[in-house]
Amino acid sequence: MPAISREEVAHLARLARLAVTDEELDMFAGQLDVILGAVARVGEVAADDIPPTSHVVPLTNVLREDEPQPSIDREAVLAVAPAAEDGRFRVPRILDEDA
Amino acid sequence: MSAELIRLTAADTAAKIAAGEVTAVEVAHAHLDRIAAVDERVHSFLQVDADGALAAAEAVDTARASGEKLGPLAGVPLALKDVVVTKGLETTSGSKILKGWIPPYDATITTKMRDAGIVILGKTNMDEFAMGSSTENSAYGATHNPWDLDRTPGGSSGGSSAAVAAFEAPLSIGTDTGGSIRQPAAVTGIVGHKPTYGAVSRRGLIAFSSSLDQAGPFGRTVLDAALLHEVIAGHDPGDSTSLNVPVSQVVAAAREGAQGDLGGLTVGVVRELGGEGYEPGVEAAARETYARLEQMGAKVVEVSCPNFTYALAAYYLIAPSECSSNLARFDSVRYGLRVGDDGVNSLEDVMSLTREAGFGAEVKRRIMIGTYALSSGYYDAYYGQAQKVRTLISRDFAAAFETCDVLVSPATPTVAFRLGERVDDPMAMYAADLCTLPASLAGLPAISVPAGLSEGLPVGLQIMAPALADDRCYRVAAAVEASFGHPLIDDAPELHR
Repeated sequence: MPAISREEVAHLARLARLAVTDEELDMFAGQLDVILGAVARVGEVAADDIPPTSHVVPLTNVLREDEPQPSIDREAVLAVAPAAEDGRFRVPRILDEDA
Repeated sequence: MSAELIRLTAADTAAKIAAGEVTAVEVAHAHLDRIAAVDERVHSFLQVDADGALAAAEAVDTARASGEKLGPLAGVPLALKDVVVTKGLETTSGSKILKGWIPPYDATITTKMRDAGIVILGKTNMDEFAMGSSTENSAYGATHNPWDLDRTPGGSSGGSSAAVAAFEAPLSIGTDTGGSIRQPAAVTGIVGHKPTYGAVSRRGLIAFSSSLDQAGPFGRTVLDAALLHEVIAGHDPGDSTSLNVPVSQVVAAAREGAQGDLGGLTVGVVRELGGEGYEPGVEAAARETYARLEQMGAKVVEVSCPNFTYALAAYYLIAPSECSSNLARFDSVRYGLRVGDDGVNSLEDVMSLTREAGFGAEVKRRIMIGTYALSSGYYDAYYGQAQKVRTLISRDFAAAFETCDVLVSPATPTVAFRLGERVDDPMAMYAADLCTLPASLAGLPAISVPAGLSEGLPVGLQIMAPALADDRCYRVAAAVEASFGHPLIDDAPELHR
């Protein structure tokens, strides 16, 4: 299997929203290479005509009557949030002001 | 008095409380005293909730005084893995990213245990987000095995296994994704059961790998584990994967098994769960236990499940893939840590800085493996292929269960390993789950029961059964326990230095 490069690990970290350090990149590049090399063994199994299992329990839509029920109190949820304002979660800026 | 109370089984504790021989408050105090005496060395607990425990115990005593009929575990103390949310009590899942988070609700199993009068002593240490096999991946320091404080208590539910093995609690709750109940039970000399997938509600379990995660009981005896199993199992409309079927009658099965008669039962020894990578002492203890099963009337045969050799590879693609998706919820917006919110950094910068600061190395590794395996171009070769292997593993089980009632193997390839021995070698750490992964991938019930010692350290026997036949695991486990005459934990060294 292809070796995974330091640049590829940096790309994965960006996709996964992990601001990894340079030292971590070095460590993870080696480790991910070993792990991916080991798990690539699944490719040895001839399984072209085998259906995949995503879940062992047959999943069906679970429906119920649409009756209003009490939910977790909003104030209780916001009280343990990193930042709240006017009854809502407060987030850092999403749009670039210069854009 | 205290010293005797902590060594009672859960069943006997509840009986004594119900009979008025001891109060639930006295039992709670005895365990809180024990925790105060030994937990500095064992570090089973992340949080001890003495006030909450004593209040719950007092409520049981009040109910008894007013003539209410108590449940079979009323007043019994329990240690709860920190992956299970508890209203008003900090829940971190072993991660810095949730440090200080006080959940606004109880998990379904938390509610069920409270309603049963179980006294929750506190929250136990674990590998961060249940990713690990030694509890060394906790952001809050390692837990030590009460049999040898230089060794790990297994993982990821190592705080829960150590708490029960150190007599800090007679019962605890763990969660098992790839072996995180069975492996720690095996290496600490106690009983741990992973129920059939869907038998126990996952609502309020902080998700790691949703198609695999399942909570289950730890106890020092099979009957104790069975009593707790029946409290937490059952359908939950709040979990769409919860099975709407009757709860397996595991308490009756444990009582039946304790009679020591396994006549008519066919036990399959899985050929692929042995050999290279397995310690000779572990294999010898397992073989001796198979002989015990035969002496009790079981027919023991060898079966082959060829695709089990691919379980490790399939698991370490499927679980990281699901975790990379599940842990996306830790985005610094709704709960937990937020780092770098200085008015200049964008939301995306803050997310990346928060996740970098809040997650440990193993969690980052798995998120990146999952991100890779789910990427377009790699999906078919990795995640897709792993899901097909999962089907083949289920088919191997189905074929084996055509001739066998249960399947058995060692629960772990080795006895408890030393702290630090595997932390820098992820593949060596993953190998600790070699025996437990097939049943996880197939969603089947499996138990680990003490099966003797190797070099003075506990060995666990794993018993696997078809879906919904959890009772078979308990029946055979209780027979194994009875054949030894007393719980193996009685042979554990007393904690003193």
